[in-house]
Amino acid sequence: MDLALIPNGVRRCSLKTFAPWMLLWLALIAWGLVSALLCLYKGLNQTNMNHYFAFGLWIVFDLSVIALGAGAFFTGFLTHVIGKAFIPSCVEDLKAVINAAVVIGFICYSSAIAMLGVDIGQPIRGWFIFWHANVHSMLTEVSFCITVYLSVLTIEYLPIIFSNRKLKEIPEIDIFGNNLHHIVALFAAAGAFLSFFHQGSLGGMYGVLFGRPFAFREGLFIWPWTFFLFILSAIAAGPSFTMLCIWITQKVTGKELVKRSSFALLAKISGWLLTTYIILKIIDTISWAYGVVPRAGLSFMDFYREPYGLWLFIAEIGIFGIIPAIILITPRFREKDGLLIIGALMNVTGIVLNRFVFTIQTLAIPVMPFDKFMTYFPTWQEWGIAVGALGYGILLFSLSYRYLPLFPQEVELNPIAVSGNTAKDF
Amino acid sequence: MKKENSAGGTKYGMVIDLDKCTGCGVCTVACASENNVSVLYDESDKTRNINWLQVYMVTNGKKFPETQIAYIPRPCMQCDNPPCVPVCPATATDRDPNTRIVSQIYTRCIGCRYCMAACPYHARSFNWFDPSFPEGMDRYLSPEVSPRMRGVVEKCTFCHHRFMRAKAKAFSEGRRELEENEYIPACVEGCPVKAITFGDLDNPGHKVSKLIKSPDVFRLLKKLGTEPKVYYSTGKSWIRRMADNSLEGEFKQPNGQKPRE
Repeated sequence: MDLALIPNGVRRCSLKTFAPWMLLWLALIAWGLVSALLCLYKGLNQTNMNHYFAFGLWIVFDLSVIALGAGAFFTGFLTHVIGKAFIPSCVEDLKAVINAAVVIGFICYSSAIAMLGVDIGQPIRGWFIFWHANVHSMLTEVSFCITVYLSVLTIEYLPIIFSNRKLKEIPEIDIFGNNLHHIVALFAAAGAFLSFFHQGSLGGMYGVLFGRPFAFREGLFIWPWTFFLFILSAIAAGPSFTMLCIWITQKVTGKELVKRSSFALLAKISGWLLTTYIILKIIDTISWAYGVVPRAGLSFMDFYREPYGLWLFIAEIGIFGIIPAIILITPRFREKDGLLIIGALMNVTGIVLNRFVFTIQTLAIPVMPFDKFMTYFPTWQEWGIAVGALGYGILLFSLSYRYLPLFPQEVELNPIAVSGNTAKDF
Repeated sequence: MKKENSAGGTKYGMVIDLDKCTGCGVCTVACASENNVSVLYDESDKTRNINWLQVYMVTNGKKFPETQIAYIPRPCMQCDNPPCVPVCPATATDRDPNTRIVSQIYTRCIGCRYCMAACPYHARSFNWFDPSFPEGMDRYLSPEVSPRMRGVVEKCTFCHHRFMRAKAKAFSEGRRELEENEYIPACVEGCPVKAITFGDLDNPGHKVSKLIKSPDVFRLLKKLGTEPKVYYSTGKSWIRRMADNSLEGEFKQPNGQKPRE
């Protein structure tokens, strides 16, 4: 029925198979929409957040998806900005994943902004951040950059949408798409600039909290160390997340969509960035433990109380930090498909844990000695919005995969046989 | 900072005598009724009710008969280096250079709650619910203070409207300066044991400026550098020890005093 929309030279499953797949994710989106409407209509009392947990699941989710969406800007930066000049041999492997990275980035940022729209108590006043901007606030910088960067991602996404077979038949759209494609390097550079700042500012948001010794960090000029650590961790996790998404797509569709060399390259980039990050994170933790912590009259163990105990620290830095770094930088390990994916998954988990720790643990720890240690668990409405965002992401990615030439190597890697096609189509 | 002082600004602050405080809660009630603080459908939910001035009960942790308790009333600390002000993305909270009072503009607050995450004193409350008042109570609302809408953060303002009222009166009488007790917040006025002293911390003529020089006076979480303008006073070292986090052996009695338990 929708054959005319499917890209040339590739095979997709029938609409009968595709429809139930979409229904599943639409159901999650419906859960998210009901939750969002309840929160907007009845207020944030629908959540389990309180005066202690001013931030909750949504901020953890936002920070995580923004970090994971970093694959878009970083791959774009490597491909279009420094690729030809410095790493010409890698450009082809990067071009094989850039479209998918852009779509993933768009999904991550658009869902993060949508969630923030529900998270703030007065969504109608969201524009006050721009109108009454406080230039000293890290959150202002984050808001400016992610809004502008979402526009950049939209501009990067448009040529991919315009390359749809049917849309391409309209000359105006085809020309516009081509023109956009020619200046994509400019947007990739703008995207990289904006992303460096908002990824950093997200870390800066916590690092400047001098009233919260768990999060507070010293730094360089106005930027606390968390500013730089968040940039590094985002660009370390982004390529891993892009790789995971493509790998899952390959498993679901039963096709090889990019060459193995692209995975190897993404893993190598991720691995070395993660290694640098983990080394700096360990140095940062030690200097914090011997600087900020005793100056606040506290000891390291004061910050680790159940359920947010020392296990969380070991999990974040040790298990999901050092181990994936070793897996991803060792050629012998990353040559094995299983280890490669485990390494990428652990890397992503570690970065999500880091965002969780900075958001939830910071707020859980009482600063006044006579205050209470609090714990928090989200309500179904909070889960609903997070799950809805996930559903939206999978739905948009599925649609993009089905109707757009997302993977330039797909035709070459999956030639359509005249008879006896062995590939399982999706 | 010096510029602001030389421009004739005041530095309003208070000293709360914890040895006098009985924990009666009148300050909290006076504050709530003065400032139109909304009443939650379930006020037992202490993590979500609106409370500008919370009274914490602390004990020395010893068993009977050596048990001692004390109460620590906690309004907004009106920090001179407020952690909440620089973080607000919409400039909805600011420190007035003339009074050094930290303000909150409810109609500008977008409800992101970043200021709450920044404040180590939990002095800020978010309106999780629509404001409501028990039947009949709405007739006693103060016309001087705007009630807050759902989805915004609110906090103690040192009853700033009282300052405006006192200033207007002084101006109408041709005066530029306020007398010592011409402007006091509702909690100070309500306290039956006069445990709270309020005034200009920089004015040598005001009682607070003398009180803060006492070795018995301290501030909460001084080590963090927030520079609170709410001071506390006690002669008991176990209470004083609760003012800040200290490593073992770090806590010292001021001016070589002997600890009084």
